[in-house]
Amino acid sequence: MDLVFGKMLDNLIIIGAILFCLGIYTVITRRNAVGILMGVELMLNSANLNFVAFSKFRWGMPDGQVFVIFVIILAAAEAAVALAIILSIFHNFGDIDVDTKDLLKE
Amino acid sequence: MLGIDFLGSQFWPLLILLCPLAAFVVQIFIGRFLPRKGDWVSLAAIGISLLISVACFAQVLIKKDPHFTAGFPSYQWLTAGMFTIKMGILFDNITAIMLVVVTLVSFLVHLYSVGYMHGDIRYSRFFAYLSLFSFSMIGLVLSNNLLSLYIFWELVGVSSYLLIGFWFEKVSAANACKKAFVTNRVGDFGFFLGILLIIFFLGKTEYGEVFNALKMSRPVDFTEGWLTFAGVCLFMGAVGKSAQFPLHVWLPDAMEGPTPVSALIHAATMVAAGVYMVTRLYPVFTPDALLVIAYVGGFTAIFAATIALVQNDIKRVLAYSTVSQLGYMVMGLGVGGYVAGFYHLWTHAFFKALLFLCSGSVIHALHSQDLRDMGGLWKKMPITFVAMTIGTLAISGFPPYFVSGFYSKDGILGATLALVMERPQHFVLAIFGFLGAAFTAFYMFRLIYMTFTGHPRDEHKYEHAHESPWTMTVPLMVLAVLSICSAGFFSGSEWFGDYVQKPESAVVMAHVPAGAHEAVAGSEAVHEGGHSTEHAAHQYAVILSILIVFISITLATLTYYHKFKKISAEKIAERLKPVYNLLYNKYYIDEIYEKFIIRPVVRFTKLCSRFDSGVIDGAVNGTAKATVFAAFATGQHDLKVIDGAVNGVAQTVIAAGKGAGMMQTGRIKNYFAWAVGGMVCILGLIYLLLLRR
Amino acid sequence: MDYLSNFYSNPEIIKYLRDVFLGAGAINQSHILSLMTFVPFLGAIIILFIPRQNKDLVRAVAVVATGIPLLLAAQVFWVFYTQGGAQMKFVEMYDWIKPFNIQYFMGIDGVSAPMVILTALLGFICIFASWNIEKGVKAYFALFLILETGMMGVFCALDFFLFYVYWEVMLLPMYFLIGIWGGPRKEYAAIKFFVYTLAGSVLMLLVMLAMYFNTNIAEAGPNAAQHTFNLLLLTNQNMHIGILQNFDMRLLLYIGLFIAFAIKVPVFPFHTWLPDAHVEAPTAISVILAGVLLKMGTYGIFRISFPLLPDMAQYTSIGLAVFGMINIIYGALCAMAQDDLKKLVAYSSISHMGYCLLGMGALTAAGMNGALLQMFNHGTITGMLFLLVGVIYERAHHRNVDGFGGLATKVPVYAGIMGFAFFASLGLPGMSGFISEALCFIGGFEHDYLHVITAVSTLGIVITAAYLLWTFQKIFLGPFNNKYDNLQEINGRELFTLVPLGIIVVILGFFPSIILNIMGGGINTLMNIISKGAGHWSW
Repeated sequence: MDLVFGKMLDNLIIIGAILFCLGIYTVITRRNAVGILMGVELMLNSANLNFVAFSKFRWGMPDGQVFVIFVIILAAAEAAVALAIILSIFHNFGDIDVDTKDLLKE
Repeated sequence: MLGIDFLGSQFWPLLILLCPLAAFVVQIFIGRFLPRKGDWVSLAAIGISLLISVACFAQVLIKKDPHFTAGFPSYQWLTAGMFTIKMGILFDNITAIMLVVVTLVSFLVHLYSVGYMHGDIRYSRFFAYLSLFSFSMIGLVLSNNLLSLYIFWELVGVSSYLLIGFWFEKVSAANACKKAFVTNRVGDFGFFLGILLIIFFLGKTEYGEVFNALKMSRPVDFTEGWLTFAGVCLFMGAVGKSAQFPLHVWLPDAMEGPTPVSALIHAATMVAAGVYMVTRLYPVFTPDALLVIAYVGGFTAIFAATIALVQNDIKRVLAYSTVSQLGYMVMGLGVGGYVAGFYHLWTHAFFKALLFLCSGSVIHALHSQDLRDMGGLWKKMPITFVAMTIGTLAISGFPPYFVSGFYSKDGILGATLALVMERPQHFVLAIFGFLGAAFTAFYMFRLIYMTFTGHPRDEHKYEHAHESPWTMTVPLMVLAVLSICSAGFFSGSEWFGDYVQKPESAVVMAHVPAGAHEAVAGSEAVHEGGHSTEHAAHQYAVILSILIVFISITLATLTYYHKFKKISAEKIAERLKPVYNLLYNKYYIDEIYEKFIIRPVVRFTKLCSRFDSGVIDGAVNGTAKATVFAAFATGQHDLKVIDGAVNGVAQTVIAAGKGAGMMQTGRIKNYFAWAVGGMVCILGLIYLLLLRR
Repeated sequence: MDYLSNFYSNPEIIKYLRDVFLGAGAINQSHILSLMTFVPFLGAIIILFIPRQNKDLVRAVAVVATGIPLLLAAQVFWVFYTQGGAQMKFVEMYDWIKPFNIQYFMGIDGVSAPMVILTALLGFICIFASWNIEKGVKAYFALFLILETGMMGVFCALDFFLFYVYWEVMLLPMYFLIGIWGGPRKEYAAIKFFVYTLAGSVLMLLVMLAMYFNTNIAEAGPNAAQHTFNLLLLTNQNMHIGILQNFDMRLLLYIGLFIAFAIKVPVFPFHTWLPDAHVEAPTAISVILAGVLLKMGTYGIFRISFPLLPDMAQYTSIGLAVFGMINIIYGALCAMAQDDLKKLVAYSSISHMGYCLLGMGALTAAGMNGALLQMFNHGTITGMLFLLVGVIYERAHHRNVDGFGGLATKVPVYAGIMGFAFFASLGLPGMSGFISEALCFIGGFEHDYLHVITAVSTLGIVITAAYLLWTFQKIFLGPFNNKYDNLQEINGRELFTLVPLGIIVVILGFFPSIILNIMGGGINTLMNIISKGAGHWSW
């Protein structure tokens, strides 16, 4: 058991890293704003995974899991705001393709 | 003599010296405002000098001691470290004789000038200069060391400059005075060098000390060669001052000065200074140096006499005659006839001054110096005529018991002949001497005949001619008497020998083998060992010179006396045209100097000046220009490189900003990508730097 | 207790200064030298407060400010005349910049006293020679007085640093005096003079620092500096350390110093600033240039080069004499070719300074005395010549020698004085120039290897006579040039500037020992230092 759980942390970190990279990949490659939002969710969750993994297998303390709950809540709020922005973009431009939007340059 | 011992202290000799100086100072500053423009000041001053000189001379005569020297102390004049110069007065027989010559001629010339210069605008100035000259000349005679001799030597030169250039409005006079001074300076250059050599080797300047040092403690490195060289250098001074070839050119030109000046300076006294100097320093000269002196003198004697044969300016004839006679004196000294040479100086002073003053009298009467304007003047100017005839007889060496020149010239010729008999290789000297004597008699009688006999050639001038006033004729008479009796009242030259004796040579020939002594020191030997030879030589010389003089007087009479006119001078001149031209143009010496010395020197100075402003100053200015260029280049460098670098940084930043601006696409994705890239970089760095231990 | 112990604790040093230079003389008792130096400066300051219109008051202040030094100079002369010049007199010593051992150290001996007297005399005379200046009177006289301060200081300073400061102080007024009141090419001349001299100064500065840092005066005590600028102490060869013990370095330093001074003298080939500066400068400034400034070069050699590096003085003495010979002959030849009278006199200055170099190169007592005397005599004689040139220039408005003719009939007094000055310049016996030239030649001949050089130099007297008399003839003799019918005779003020100089020339001509006795002591001391110092090194 120790053997299994001793390696558990490494596995979880690797899974988290893979998830994070996938998220980044999604964010960078997707032109659809909703896709990007999903990539961001992926990255957030990879971080959550790390929190939980360290909390359980490294320190044995609940702090990390509490953090995860906060993150999930904030992610929900963020998703709400982000979706609102996307909706607003869709209203203003007629699409949600981020590659054509460079208002930040101004 | 008046119960006063004139030679007991320095007071009287100093008074002789200082009287003319005082007169000079008075004349130059306030002479113009004095009654009669102050001529009496100068006259009185030189008169006092004359009286004292004569008194001193009389005392010397009474003493009759050939080795008499008044022992006066010398005073330290200046000190520079170990080197000191003392000043003092030397008073011996030679000094006494010279003093009489100088002050007497000087006094007579002063007196004569009162008449001659009457009405000149710078009348008082003239007397000031005369006084200055008398002062310098007396100082020269009284000097007891080389340096003060040189000092007065130069002062004499200056007074001569001032007097020759007295009528400086005339271009010729202005040229002549400059020429005289500069030519003399060339001689003085050698003279000074000789003095320097003696000072260097012996460290002494006083005559006696120099001779003693030479005799007793001559340094080993002061070899005979050096000594000869020093002697020749010293003699160069005499060449300049006594107008010997090749520096004789100034003397004929110096006749541009007023005639009394010519009589005083350029006949009787100053030009004799060179001869006097050789006499004074006689012990210093080596036999070789004396030979050089003899040859220079002999050549000058005949050289100048030939020129005098054909000149038409009365003063020029006399000038060349002076040059020639000075040559005689110098030759006399050079061949060892010490007494004869100095004796000739003494007699010549009187008869040459006489001749010049006579010519001045003629010029004063006719306002012309050209012999071709004259003729028949004896009726109008009997005193001048008689005086001049006496002078002519004297200078020609007319036979015994009448005039002085005979004895002295005979002495010189005798000494020359004695040397030639001893050492026949120098026979040229005798030819110089005797031929010169012949020419002298000829040109002097030519002068007399052309001036005083025959018919007047210029009637107009003849009409206005008149005998001169008494101030002018009295000096003539006095000098005429002196020309006769300066040879000791018909007693020949013996009396002179009682006072002047040849000094022993101070040059001890160190390493000469006994046999070679004769050959090297021949002229010395003549007088030391060969009295019989000398005696014989004098006999021959007397006969020869009388013969020659008579022949040439006869020739002159036949040529120029109007009642004979057997020989036509014009025809001879015609036939010997090239020779005549050569003589008439004085052997073109002036032209040669002009072409080969003066002009090249002037051209060289121009070259120097151009070199100076071109090359040297050019280099300086070049440096300046190079500096300016360098500054410009630095400035450009500053502008382009340094400032460029500063601007370059700015531009780089701008460019970098622009480049960075490219990243700012405004697309959220790109930002994100950069952020990720940056993070990866940071992580990579952290890994590399911190974790890779 | 010796006063010097306030400055030096090392008894060796005090003993050296006392034995060689100062004797038992008191220090800081007499402030004559400071007065002579700074009274003109004070005058300059006063002049600045005078209203511009009040020109005569300005001139009067200038007269007073130069007259006081002249009176003091008379006292200096008297003291030296009665006591001889072997020791430093009127010594003043104060700390100036203590950390670097820089002192305000003034004093004069037989070498500098004649120069101080000459400076005071010419300074006073030149005020009168400048009387006619109408443009910027205030500035002119103020600058002139500052100039006099600088000149006086150079001759009095016994501290190398102080010497350098005075040397530079003198430069700037000179620049303005030439550059503002000069002739047509004044800017060129002024800049040339300034830059040239400054180039020399740089070398002097380098040598000065090299000397400073390579001496060890071995002062005891905390914070005591080991180095010194004291010119008298620097002559002590025992204190020379470091590079000063190296033959090549010493030679290099000597050459550096020589060039610095040679520019001032000026020595061929550094002489070309002089004709330009002289020609363009106003009369009085030419007089000062020729009379005093040129002497600073030779004085520097006397005061600094010779005693500080005595071995090199001996080593290079022939070279110095060769330069002298070149100066004499070359200067005379160039003078002969000039048409401009002022330029001619300028070149004759070059020629005459050559005699100084020859005498100095001989390194014999006669030669050194001759050189020093020649410095003094040249100051008076050439001063006269420049004043005379100024007189004719003021009247005829040109200086072309060929443009005159026969003036002696019109202006006999002027011609007489000019003739006098010319004869003095060509070394006529009975005038001062002869004695100094003769002594230089005699000194040159006493040197073992200078016979030929001296003999050739003697030719200079012939050339000098030729060009001066030629010039005199062109200007004064011959037929009168009617263009100058209205030429004014020399006036009283001009006579007043000339006559004193003429009197000095004649007096020194007949009684040279008056001043030779002053110089003799100083030269003697100098010769001792040289022979002892040179003996210290055995190259």
